[in-house]
Amino acid sequence: MNKKMLSLPYLFWCAVFIIIPLCMVVYYGLTDKTGAFTLANIAAIATAEHAKALWFSLLLSFAGTVICLLLAYPLAMILSGMKVSQHSFIVLIFILPMWMNFLLRTMAWETLLEKNGIINTILHFLHLPALNIINTPSAIILGMVYNFLPFMVLPIYNALTKIDNNVVNAARDLGAGSFQTFSRIIFPLSLPGVISGITMVFVPALTTFVISTLLGGSKILLIGNVIEQEFTQTGNWHLGSGLSIVLMIFILINMVLSAVFDKDGEGATL
Amino acid sequence: MKDVLVNLEHISKSYDSHMVLDDLNLYIRENEFLTLLGPSGCGKTTTLRILGGFEQPDTGKVIFDGADITCLPANKRPLNTVFQKYALFTHMNIAENIAFGLKIKNKTKDYINDKIKYALKLVNLDGYEKRMPDSLSGGQQQRIAIARAIVNEPRLLLLDEPLGALDLKLRQDMQYELIRLKNELGITFIYVTHDQEEALTMSDTIVVMNQGYIQQIGSPERIYNEPENAFVADFIGDSNIIGGIMVKDRLVEILGARFSCVDEGFGQNKPVDVVIRPEDVELVKPEEGAIQGVVSHIIFKGVHYEMEVQAGGFEWLVHSTRMFPVGTPVGILVEPFNIQIMNKPESEDEEAVKTDE
Repeated sequence: MNKKMLSLPYLFWCAVFIIIPLCMVVYYGLTDKTGAFTLANIAAIATAEHAKALWFSLLLSFAGTVICLLLAYPLAMILSGMKVSQHSFIVLIFILPMWMNFLLRTMAWETLLEKNGIINTILHFLHLPALNIINTPSAIILGMVYNFLPFMVLPIYNALTKIDNNVVNAARDLGAGSFQTFSRIIFPLSLPGVISGITMVFVPALTTFVISTLLGGSKILLIGNVIEQEFTQTGNWHLGSGLSIVLMIFILINMVLSAVFDKDGEGATL
Repeated sequence: MKDVLVNLEHISKSYDSHMVLDDLNLYIRENEFLTLLGPSGCGKTTTLRILGGFEQPDTGKVIFDGADITCLPANKRPLNTVFQKYALFTHMNIAENIAFGLKIKNKTKDYINDKIKYALKLVNLDGYEKRMPDSLSGGQQQRIAIARAIVNEPRLLLLDEPLGALDLKLRQDMQYELIRLKNELGITFIYVTHDQEEALTMSDTIVVMNQGYIQQIGSPERIYNEPENAFVADFIGDSNIIGGIMVKDRLVEILGARFSCVDEGFGQNKPVDVVIRPEDVELVKPEEGAIQGVVSHIIFKGVHYEMEVQAGGFEWLVHSTRMFPVGTPVGILVEPFNIQIMNKPESEDEEAVKTDE
């Protein structure tokens, strides 16, 4: 009884801020302006404009996730090979930016990348060709990689440090060279961390609208931007909710896939 | 005399400024069961890791079957290791674990399958192919680790305290199992342990180590009955180590009483250390003993009683099947061949004596 009492505030929190909003999204998504049931809001994803935005979102977040993985894995390996006294400083450097506001950091990139921004001023000063990536998909991917890289590094690093050094030694002892030891032992054993990292990068990247607004200008619409506009500009909550449900389904698929691979929930615990 | 398989020549190793091994020389014969025995930090595991190729010596050479393998990486060495905590690959089933080394060597499927069957039979775990390592008990996992190593038909098997994590009964069973395996396979075993009983049970040769030096090399009987210094005597089994004076050949004076012994060549009136095993101390009536004393403590140990006897200003440790209640006046007798005389170390440092066989 006592324990139940203690959990009441959290249940209240869950209900007010998670369950009720979710129900409202579902309600709005499945009704039209008159309140009648309809699947039109969900089917709207099939229109050329929306489908393109979703496809673009999937593409960019996929690219961002792959780049994060390629950058994070070697880094996590280097970190896990270091002594505690050495690596804690580097881990701190990686976590430090996360303490700053996400919006601020992305705006900083906007200033850096602008046509007459800091980077181009320096390049001009050095008589190098200007870098014109602001308002392109490249800038969005850059923003995603920059913001979400720590979420990829930490679970992989965590999984790698859990591997017993003697297991690696055993593989060497049984005749495996460096590459075979990595491909057959180290990588498979770090897979839970990799999957957890992919989820933690892919999901926020897929739903982002801040990065695409700030770094992609108004030219590139991601599904997050479309939904945002339906709520804030067009004022069509029904369509916005319908598209949100579609996006949620994609995220759920991703979650289910990672749950299947990461049975022990190893990588998820930071 | 069998051929020498491995030769360690002048091996030294230090971490930072801490010397772990200092000019270690050791050879291992083909088909020998050799145990490196010593307290933690004595350098036994480092020696094994240098043999396995996981550690490079600062100086010295590792000669295997006549060839210098000092710089050869672990994956190229013709030997295999069984690790302390099994180190099984948890993402693979038992068959895949055992097949790992063979797959690396590109053996055929049939060959690998035969080998898996054979190895599982050898360690009494037939039918475990599809199980995952996590679902096995500690003892079973250790058998799999051994099976995984021996399918590669190494000429030398290194075992790093493989039974350390098992309970007593299982450990004893596994000791007999290892002796059987060694005899069946004809592989040379190098075994590392801090457990003197384990070493005495299994080994052909025991190497007692302390502080990076070899203290004594010999058969279990020799190590137990004729320890070369106080460290070995103290580390292997219980013992009474008493300061004495070698009056002349075959006569030693301990605690004011004279005992005849069988040792010669120590000179006259030379201070020595005398080792007497507790089971070799005979308790008799006071008037029949060489020294008189009183039983001060007694514990029942199952096979024998463990007693402490205050005699001649020394607390004697005595094992006897006869019970003497606390307070009983007794006499102490020791047979001459049960008295082991050792040179006294000249300084504290010299307790870690360098001995070359």
